[in-house]
Amino acid sequence: MLCQECGEKQATLHFTKIVNGEKTEFHICESCAREKGEGIPGTSGGFSIHSLLSGLLDFEKSSTGGLGPKPPLTLRCDECGLTYTQFSKIGRFGCSSCYRHFADRLDPLFKRVHGNTIHVGKIPKRSGGQIQFKREIEELKKEMQLRIGQEEFEKAAGIRDRIRELESKLEQSG
Amino acid sequence: MGKRRFAQEALSDWMRSDGPDSEIVISSRIRIARNLRKQPFPMLATNQQSREVMEQLTAAAQSEELNEISRFDTFILSELSELEKRVLVEKHLISPNLASESRGGALILNDSESISIMINEEDHLRIQCLYPGFQIKEAWSLASQVDDIFESKVDYAFDEQRGYLTSCPTNVGTGIRASVMMHLPALVLTHQINRILSAITQVGLAVRGIYGEGSEAVGNIFQISNQITLGQSEDEIIDNLYGVARQIIEHEKAARERLVAESKIRIEDRVRRSFGILSNASIMDSKEAAQRLSDIRLGVDLDLIESVGPQVMNELMVLTQPGFLQQVFDEKLNADERDIRRAELIRRYLTQQT
Repeated sequence: MLCQECGEKQATLHFTKIVNGEKTEFHICESCAREKGEGIPGTSGGFSIHSLLSGLLDFEKSSTGGLGPKPPLTLRCDECGLTYTQFSKIGRFGCSSCYRHFADRLDPLFKRVHGNTIHVGKIPKRSGGQIQFKREIEELKKEMQLRIGQEEFEKAAGIRDRIRELESKLEQSG
Repeated sequence: MGKRRFAQEALSDWMRSDGPDSEIVISSRIRIARNLRKQPFPMLATNQQSREVMEQLTAAAQSEELNEISRFDTFILSELSELEKRVLVEKHLISPNLASESRGGALILNDSESISIMINEEDHLRIQCLYPGFQIKEAWSLASQVDDIFESKVDYAFDEQRGYLTSCPTNVGTGIRASVMMHLPALVLTHQINRILSAITQVGLAVRGIYGEGSEAVGNIFQISNQITLGQSEDEIIDNLYGVARQIIEHEKAARERLVAESKIRIEDRVRRSFGILSNASIMDSKEAAQRLSDIRLGVDLDLIESVGPQVMNELMVLTQPGFLQQVFDEKLNADERDIRRAELIRRYLTQQT
């Protein structure tokens, strides 16, 4: 049997759809099935990472309440106008400010997707100089505590001086 | 407007050289997603804003530093024909998304096609670096260098807490996707593949088939990539992928050795049959072609067949995609005609080699 869509290839997908008691039979080939995409069982079409994500975000339909309490309907990004409801449907942010406006809602989402909520990787060289200092200070503070715990006070003092130096640099540039 | 060399050759120059472990790892790829601070992401950008983004980024690409790395050409997507776009997708130089949906889309491509920079895809900027064989760390260091050049010219959307901000929450943080494309015929033949693949997904990596639809792997080619982009540094992400891929390489090698030791004549028979069919068939669909090309490639790697080189699978896989077939034969082809032309092209290619 030839595919009823393109009439070219052999139909390999046969199925019957019953909607409200009305029966429709389909005989189509693989490539047409893919093109038609959604609504056809057994094909992957129409099921994207974004629809998966919006499943994670879809607090309203989820029986467990999804990601916490329902946000106010008015939650919206001032910059691009995307609402949180729209975001949860399409699974994509509209602009970089969305991250700030939806901030309270994002931790559970990132936790589910990445298992983490805080970036620890690369920092922009030109615009991220301050962040680099801050991170370095955090690291040094941890090390200083460790040295103090091990009673290596001289080393701890050295680290303290380095921290002060960085902090004054940070103040100057900020 | 640069020359349209990409449409002439199926094999990018970078693929012609061998890399480490290239009998198993076909290529290593890094993709970095970045956005400009002041503009809405491409999905919500107006045509005017998309054009501004494109102009700003193509201007940044004219920098001397970038041209010291390699010579680049810029292609405006709206100025390319449908066929040219399709060919670029088949060579994995642009995404299907950029080809079909983008507004203000552009591609900045170097001569060897190892660096492709997409503008106005899902994010404003996507830098992709490809290396032959198992060289994922090298790919990262090059991609990061290109990233630094752009960062010195434009303001990135970056947040101290969340890192590089991307359109999709699955890319936020480092914005990198590291992937290796592997040919794993022996693991498939010995039925170990499913066990290994399900283990991979448990360590935060994703596996998908390439050239196939969904998770089905056509031609025993699998792409393994990181899923997590937030909360791990780039080095951690790459080390993790490197370690896992290393193990898969060892498993595949062991499986190949065992196949040769235990059933060499069967493997040889399989390889020769596939070679015979590809050299003689009149109709060849893409799935069968991929499977039989995989057999031949395994035969080359195991020294069971000498008349063709190791590039045969890589090249024919791209050459026999729908867009390239139409490019080679210079006519529009329907599905049945493609299967006939595909068979013809493979026959011609294999007899030329011998």
